[in-house]
Amino acid sequence: MSDYKLHLLVCGGTGCKASQSELIYENLKKEIGNEGLSDFAQVVRTGCFGFCEKGPIVKIIPDNTFYTQVKPEDAKEIVAEHIVKGRKVERLLYTDPVAKKTAGSTREIGFYKKQVRIALRNCGIIDPENIGEYISRDGYEALGKVLTELSPADTIKIIKDSGLRGRGGAGFPTGLKWELAAKSPGNEKYVVCNADEGDPGAFMDRSILEGDPHTVIEAMAICGYCIGADKGLVYIRAEYPLAIERLKTAIKQAREYGLLGNNILGSKFSFDIELRYGAGAFVCGEETALIHSMEGGRGEPTLKPPFPAVSGYLGKPTNVNNVETFANIPVILTKGAEWFSSIGTEKSKGTKVFALAGKINNVGLIEVPMGITLREVIFEIGGGIKNGKKFKAVQTGGPSGGCLTEKHLNIPIEYETLVAAGSMMGSGGMIVMDEDDCMVDFAKFFLEFSVEESCGKCTPCRIGNKRLHELLDRICKGNGAPEDIDRLINLSYVIKDTALCGLGQASPNPVLSTLEHFRHEYDAHIIDKKCPAGVCKALMTYEIVPENCVGCTACARACPVGAITGERKQIHKIDPKLCIKCGACLERCKFNAVIVN
Amino acid sequence: MIKLTIDNKIVEVEKGTTIYKAAKKVGIDIPVLCYMDLADLGIEHKPGGCRICVVEVEGRRNLAPSCSTEVTEGMVVNTHSIRVLNARRIVMELILSDHPKECLVCPKSGNCELQSIAIKLGIRDIPYQEISEMSTYRVDFSPSIIRNMDKCIMCRRCETMCNEFQTVGALSAVNRGFMSVVAPAFEMDLEDSVCTYCGQCVAVCPTAALTEVDHTNKLIRDLANPNKTVIVQTAPAVRAALGEEFGLEPGTLVTGKMVSALRQLGFKYVFDTDFAADLTIMEEGTELLERLSKHLKGDKNVKLPILTSCCPGWVNFFESQFTDMLDIPSTARSPQQMFGAIAKTYFAQKINVKREDLIVVSIMPCLAKKYECQRDEFKVNGNPDVDYSISTRELASLIKRANISFNSLQDDDFDAPLGESSGAGVIFGATGGVIEAAVRTAYELFTGKSLEKVDFKELRGMEGIRQATIDFGGTPINIGIAHGLGKARQLLESIRKGESNFHAIEIMACPGGCIGGGGQPLHHGKTEILKKRMEAIYREDEGKTIRKSHENPYIIKLYEEFLGKPMSDKAHKLLHTHYVDKKKRIIYI
Amino acid sequence: MTKLKSLNDLRKIRDELKSKTSIREKGEHPENLVQVKVAMATCCIASGSREVMNFIVDELEKRNIDAVVTQTGCMGYCYAEPTIEVTIPGKEPVVFGYVNMKKADEIIERYIKNGELVDGIIPVNYETIDNK
Repeated sequence: MSDYKLHLLVCGGTGCKASQSELIYENLKKEIGNEGLSDFAQVVRTGCFGFCEKGPIVKIIPDNTFYTQVKPEDAKEIVAEHIVKGRKVERLLYTDPVAKKTAGSTREIGFYKKQVRIALRNCGIIDPENIGEYISRDGYEALGKVLTELSPADTIKIIKDSGLRGRGGAGFPTGLKWELAAKSPGNEKYVVCNADEGDPGAFMDRSILEGDPHTVIEAMAICGYCIGADKGLVYIRAEYPLAIERLKTAIKQAREYGLLGNNILGSKFSFDIELRYGAGAFVCGEETALIHSMEGGRGEPTLKPPFPAVSGYLGKPTNVNNVETFANIPVILTKGAEWFSSIGTEKSKGTKVFALAGKINNVGLIEVPMGITLREVIFEIGGGIKNGKKFKAVQTGGPSGGCLTEKHLNIPIEYETLVAAGSMMGSGGMIVMDEDDCMVDFAKFFLEFSVEESCGKCTPCRIGNKRLHELLDRICKGNGAPEDIDRLINLSYVIKDTALCGLGQASPNPVLSTLEHFRHEYDAHIIDKKCPAGVCKALMTYEIVPENCVGCTACARACPVGAITGERKQIHKIDPKLCIKCGACLERCKFNAVIVN
Repeated sequence: MIKLTIDNKIVEVEKGTTIYKAAKKVGIDIPVLCYMDLADLGIEHKPGGCRICVVEVEGRRNLAPSCSTEVTEGMVVNTHSIRVLNARRIVMELILSDHPKECLVCPKSGNCELQSIAIKLGIRDIPYQEISEMSTYRVDFSPSIIRNMDKCIMCRRCETMCNEFQTVGALSAVNRGFMSVVAPAFEMDLEDSVCTYCGQCVAVCPTAALTEVDHTNKLIRDLANPNKTVIVQTAPAVRAALGEEFGLEPGTLVTGKMVSALRQLGFKYVFDTDFAADLTIMEEGTELLERLSKHLKGDKNVKLPILTSCCPGWVNFFESQFTDMLDIPSTARSPQQMFGAIAKTYFAQKINVKREDLIVVSIMPCLAKKYECQRDEFKVNGNPDVDYSISTRELASLIKRANISFNSLQDDDFDAPLGESSGAGVIFGATGGVIEAAVRTAYELFTGKSLEKVDFKELRGMEGIRQATIDFGGTPINIGIAHGLGKARQLLESIRKGESNFHAIEIMACPGGCIGGGGQPLHHGKTEILKKRMEAIYREDEGKTIRKSHENPYIIKLYEEFLGKPMSDKAHKLLHTHYVDKKKRIIYI
Repeated sequence: MTKLKSLNDLRKIRDELKSKTSIREKGEHPENLVQVKVAMATCCIASGSREVMNFIVDELEKRNIDAVVTQTGCMGYCYAEPTIEVTIPGKEPVVFGYVNMKKADEIIERYIKNGELVDGIIPVNYETIDNK
């Protein structure tokens, strides 16, 4: 049978699936069958395209037409018009929010223009449940090459030369990590893939596992060969059912093809992979806690050293990398260290996947070369701030990171520059805030996360974070005292200085960075008892402007607690003691007589 | 060797040494809280959780927990820089901010490690108490141990004792973050868990999160009741440790002072559990000989090895963890219960007091004893043979409360007839003692010859598992000894697999035997104290004129007047028991 | 599936499967490729444009020419159907009319491969649907 001339790629990622992409897939298949074009056009369920803001996505190949927010009932029109007659369905094309121009092909979409896809190279392109599609795009070539032509030391050297650094947060050089595990004595060693993605808003690991599971399998096998391990374990959150399913399918296929199991590709190397499920504890992303959890113990970190490379899973040498790091490995080995290191900057090579979230137009998953500026990411790829509002700050590195402001927009995104600016790379979450966000409330939000996710083992994290949160809460409620600032700072530094693991050591970062850049907002809360962004309810007061009030009683009727008094055609009044700041009066008033301070 | 500098002092230590230990070597005592070093038991608990022991290491980004950070060549450590002192103070304030401020009425006040460190660090204020939420938990009462987790500081020592040392697995951390706490699985009651009440968790708890159930006030009321005759029995290990509570050197024997104090407290008769220990040997020794001779005659149905059954923590352990082996331990009751049974029958008749009006109290080094005396097997018409048991610590507190100047007391003697004991009864208090006592009697009964040397040094010591072969006149008898339930588990598993060829095994739940019991004065990590108590026990034995249980004249008289002979029907009824499968009772959610 | 026994086994099936997915990324950088657009309105299909498209795709593949073939709507030259538009990198697009299999073969062999001009060019100013 000859190849299909037309491919319809339907996003099968978790986000699009939730919006019925499965039904879209079925409908497209049915329509194409009805038109008698089943031999001509192929419908493929792929991994995530990244542009989740506009999902579900259907992409038509080869003309690269990008249909957004497709509904199951649109399938008929897409097939009748585009597939049969070659006419694009205009209403489903992506429209640039600023230029108001529709984009005929993905190349015209700002979201994709500056992206360079290495880790995500197969996401949205291949069917993740079909190993053949992975192989067709040079899948397992790297494993084959390594097993046939390279020694473990040669392979590690390539990874070292490439400059690849851990994509999970701290940015430890991957090649060096492998080398340490390789040099660790022992016959029994383990390769662990950390798929316990827990940063709020980050979902790159999930997308890779859903969209390209074989790349992780291939990379783990390569790592096993390099360090001398014949067993791989994927520690994955049980909340990622689709990723688990795809990964299981992929492992099964890889075994059938002899790409996992004994004597892979005729070599002496044997390797197999098992899954271990996490219960969704953020701290289990920390490698020692992860290992304890895999062993069946409580997910708690322990002091390093000993590092897992020396004593990890079951006390054996263990190499832990996260999903995105692994996803880079096969390409580095097929295309070479030089190719990889030509992308990015001097100290940060290659690309990084970011999850854009918050007040940004193009929410989604992107992969960009290191060294790109925050401005490019937020305003070009991200399409700027929602509803034309003003940019205020962006939080990188999740709850462990810090916020960056207007003045940081032109700094290149690298491990070191982000740290120097008071934040960090982290696993790649990027939460954008606009003028309507209160930075004290924002710091409180992240602290709340750290309080929830602390394992409770060490005092500074267990109690210190709780106390920090209480202080922030008190400030947000208008009860803050001037000395609270000093206390916040001192407590934050002690927590950073004394907490046991990375989670605790980094949890005060949102407090410290917002204090550095938005001290005036803290002062406004504490001294003026005002929330400049109008977020902290306790600090808001609702008032009626007498000049505008016509006495229509609409507000009084809307008030759920009877805080508004006034006779018909008389000026109304709000009793601040009774007011619960629900905003119902503001919504109801047609005369702009209700104002918020 | 590794050379480093601590507070400008040059220190040379072996590779692998922690900063904390290296500092100790040059006299720098870094405060520690969660850390616990039970060197003689092979346990060094260093979770690095409390962060009190942090120090500044030059070139390091953050502060290092000295208890768990190993030294490196050329390391420069500062244990009292401003940065360290500030951090240590804040960390301590944080701990205190989530700890009840009721020291005045706390059972651990004056003996609390948290309190001592707060004093050492000069904490004078707990800031922002008005906005600080406290983590609070339901107080859990069991027959032996009270868990008041509001006072838990998450040092996790109890977990190490329960899981690693005892392998009981009743306690582990549950919940996350601020609400994390050490508890039985699913936060069920201790009583519904696999807890054996060995009390080793209580013995290491730095605060009053884990304490014994206190019966002292009940005892005071009973002593004041003119209608009741209150008598007391004291376990062998108590006399070797009680003095510590009054500032005496560990290992000081205070038998006479103890008897004197008990008499002053108002007990009508002061008896000795050692008497009942002699009785135990008569019953258990006979049972051993019976099984042994059947075995030697080729009886395949006889169960060997025989396991001792005088330790209630150990009984609880096999009742819940080795339910397939309930027929191996001796059926003999523990000395505490034998005493109670005899006191409320034989002795009650003698002094003409009704069972209900006789109150039998025991002074024990043990918390499991509190549970044991309220077991249904040891009650007659609802009236327990031993009414309640108080620990060595509770007795000390009572003596202090009663204004008795303990150290200047004159020695006094136990009362007859239940106060006389042999040296064999005394050594029940130390690991290996029960089996040595049994050997002294069994040897003579088996061979019909008199022992020339009563000391069996090969059975003594602190090693977790010991074994020895004793020559019973040409028949080699293989003996095993374990103390600590983790070691007991190892022995039991080898029996289960059929790998052992022991004839008799002694097991004690606590490290060192009863002298290291959960009700003894707190050793605060100084395990050398256990050795000193052990030496005291053997000194007491040596000082006795009668060294063998079957030579105790009052025991002989008891059999003549009342019981008949060992293992008689009456003895069976009063001095033996049966075991229950607790797995059926434990709730598995 | 029989297990792959060597790197060569793997490469063999890779090469067999390559064309199945290679099309999916070609469209990302079409400026470096020969682009062929086949008009595919009802009238064109009636004139056999789908068969022509199939033929072109298969032949380009066989002759190892890196090209991307897409469909497009009516080009407005209904009298000359089937019509195709060919863009060679660096050159202006050219529209051919009356393209049957034979003509298509000639266009591929002479215009696309060798850059020679071929009869049948519709030399008028026109707009494709994409540029409207």
